[in-house]
Amino acid sequence: MKKALLLLLVVSVIFAGFAGAVKITFWQYYYETKVKLVDQLIEEFEKQNPGIEVEQVTFPYENFNEKVAVSVPAGVGPDVLTLFYGWIPLYVTSGYLVPLPAAEFSAEYLSSEFFPFVSKGIEFDGAPYALPTAVRALALFWNKDLFVEAGLDPETPPTTFAELVDYAKKLTKYDDKGNIIQEGLTMQPSGQGHQWIREVLVRQVGGTPYTADNRTVLYHLTAPEALKVYTDLITKDKVGYPGFLNDDVTAFRSLKAAMTIDGSFRLGTFRPLTNLKWGVTELPSMNGVKSNFASFWAHAITTNATGEKLDASIKFLKFITSEYAQKLWLEQVGELPANPNVAAAYYDHPEYGPFLKGLEYAHATFFVDETGQRQVMMDAVDKVWIQGMDPVKAFKEAAEEDQAIIDEFWSRVE
Amino acid sequence: MKISQKRIVTAYVFLAVPLVFYIVVRFYPMIYAFWLSFTNWKLVSPKQDFVGFSNFVKLFKDKVFMTSLWNTIKYVLFGVPLVIVISLFLAATLNRVKHLQWFYRLLYVMPYITPLVAVSWVWRWIYQRPPAGILNNLLMAFGLDAQPFLTSMNQSLPAIVVTTVWVNLGYCIIIFLAGLQTIPQEYIEAAKIDGATSRQSFFKITIPLLSPITVFLVVTQSITFLRIFTQVYNMTDQGSGGPLNATKPLVLYIYQKAFRSFDMGLASSATVILFLIIMGITLVQLLVLNKRVQY
Repeated sequence: MKKALLLLLVVSVIFAGFAGAVKITFWQYYYETKVKLVDQLIEEFEKQNPGIEVEQVTFPYENFNEKVAVSVPAGVGPDVLTLFYGWIPLYVTSGYLVPLPAAEFSAEYLSSEFFPFVSKGIEFDGAPYALPTAVRALALFWNKDLFVEAGLDPETPPTTFAELVDYAKKLTKYDDKGNIIQEGLTMQPSGQGHQWIREVLVRQVGGTPYTADNRTVLYHLTAPEALKVYTDLITKDKVGYPGFLNDDVTAFRSLKAAMTIDGSFRLGTFRPLTNLKWGVTELPSMNGVKSNFASFWAHAITTNATGEKLDASIKFLKFITSEYAQKLWLEQVGELPANPNVAAAYYDHPEYGPFLKGLEYAHATFFVDETGQRQVMMDAVDKVWIQGMDPVKAFKEAAEEDQAIIDEFWSRVE
Repeated sequence: MKISQKRIVTAYVFLAVPLVFYIVVRFYPMIYAFWLSFTNWKLVSPKQDFVGFSNFVKLFKDKVFMTSLWNTIKYVLFGVPLVIVISLFLAATLNRVKHLQWFYRLLYVMPYITPLVAVSWVWRWIYQRPPAGILNNLLMAFGLDAQPFLTSMNQSLPAIVVTTVWVNLGYCIIIFLAGLQTIPQEYIEAAKIDGATSRQSFFKITIPLLSPITVFLVVTQSITFLRIFTQVYNMTDQGSGGPLNATKPLVLYIYQKAFRSFDMGLASSATVILFLIIMGITLVQLLVLNKRVQY
């Protein structure tokens, strides 16, 4: 019996050696529907490409960067890795990613297969480094029951900023001491609020957040009033404040906030709530300007992949970002397709439609330190509503801190 | 080999296991952190260059670092006296309780054995503004104004101190109770016969005799407060130590530098500073407080 087992082992080792299958490793953080879908996609990919084996490895979202940091330098990391697009500069400058070969991923390929904001988001020093399967955008969610209660038409959400403010005021409830007990609009800079200020409000009051090379902060110069537009909702109109019922998502899902601005990833959170009757619509325009913030996780090829493994990784990358994969991703994970051709079929979808329309005019911020830059905006809002600082001054200070983070990043790179 | 020699060898063999373990998981990383504090290592980068004291210079120029250093000192200054005084008072009271003492002890020790993350989140909700926060609802029921607590520049740090004191009380009470029960009753009785009031015997006999216990608790509690992290991380928005760094302690600063900005060099320098502070404070406390009392 023992001999037979040993023989089997020897034979299988020899066989594996001869078969010479190229094995590549794919890493992403654990999210059940994504992991299941990728398993399914790998199976199909392996059928189409005999001789290539793909192994999926997942780990908790919380230790993403730590895990990569210890694995890639040790040579035991992935060949293809899914990372947040905002981390690309850090990963590239740390020497983990290889640029996507121009022969396979030309500028034409990128512009025909992906929404326009994608190519800017995946670029570092002029070269593309990663491709997304799915993307996220912002939209306005509203609670239909609370609209009815306030005497508003539950099927007509606000479309302009002026309407948004007007509705929010009508939808806010106070106790007899003036404390808010129901928010008209959630005000959570630590959630999506900071993105709304930076990429949407700044542009809507006529500004540009950063220079084209992303190295200089412009929002305090080109749109000094943008922060005030936001903080006035807290201090003047009093329709909400940061941390009401702990956070915006909790407030909206417990029926204590009438409207909230959030990402497409929140659809899955609100959908199962039977007591919450919600709708979702495009972000309100201001001064006739529409803007949106888009972000995405993208698949990149690491320096581990060389020779045969690099070829296999390129094939796999093309496969998981194909129209076919994107369609499945939307159906099974619920994230928006990165390819406008796939998106076109869903424009009238009541849930996806508003986000997809937003993608046309969306911008992806070039973050060098996403957490740090978010903190800067959170602090600016806190300075205004907690410390009573003038919003224009707070915005200027935010710009200075933001600039310092950006300068620090580039000083390390160069 | 003689039997006595064999015994010695055996002892060392057994000792070697924990020794190797300590060297590998404690001392080596510690010494490595000292080395890192003089480098510019980024967590995700293979480059590790020696940069001398420039990290330390950078730290002392960083306003956020200075704020978190000052916050850490505030946590110790508010937290340690509070927890020591309250736990001593409760322990002395409990010591006199004859019935159901186990029950009260259990009650006080509960918060200490509850996972700190859970405790923090419960308190985070207790401190919420209206309509959710139970503390504010209580205040308003008495006709008082609602307080911002965790969203206030002045109240947020004390609010976290209160939570931490509440957690650590159980542990200190148990230790004090054990100490109180070792004090011979004869001393107290003799004092009573000599006409001492219970207040006098408490201050003149009990407290001096408890001093080794008190020193132990002051030292360990100071270290606990110097290393405060979990409560702040879980009780502030996105674990930021806000609002505007008002609650950020050194350990959170270190964590953010290391694992959010990936600046391991700078984080290690801050760690070295924290290490020196903890060592300094502990040594001073041991020197000043550790005077044996004997009767």
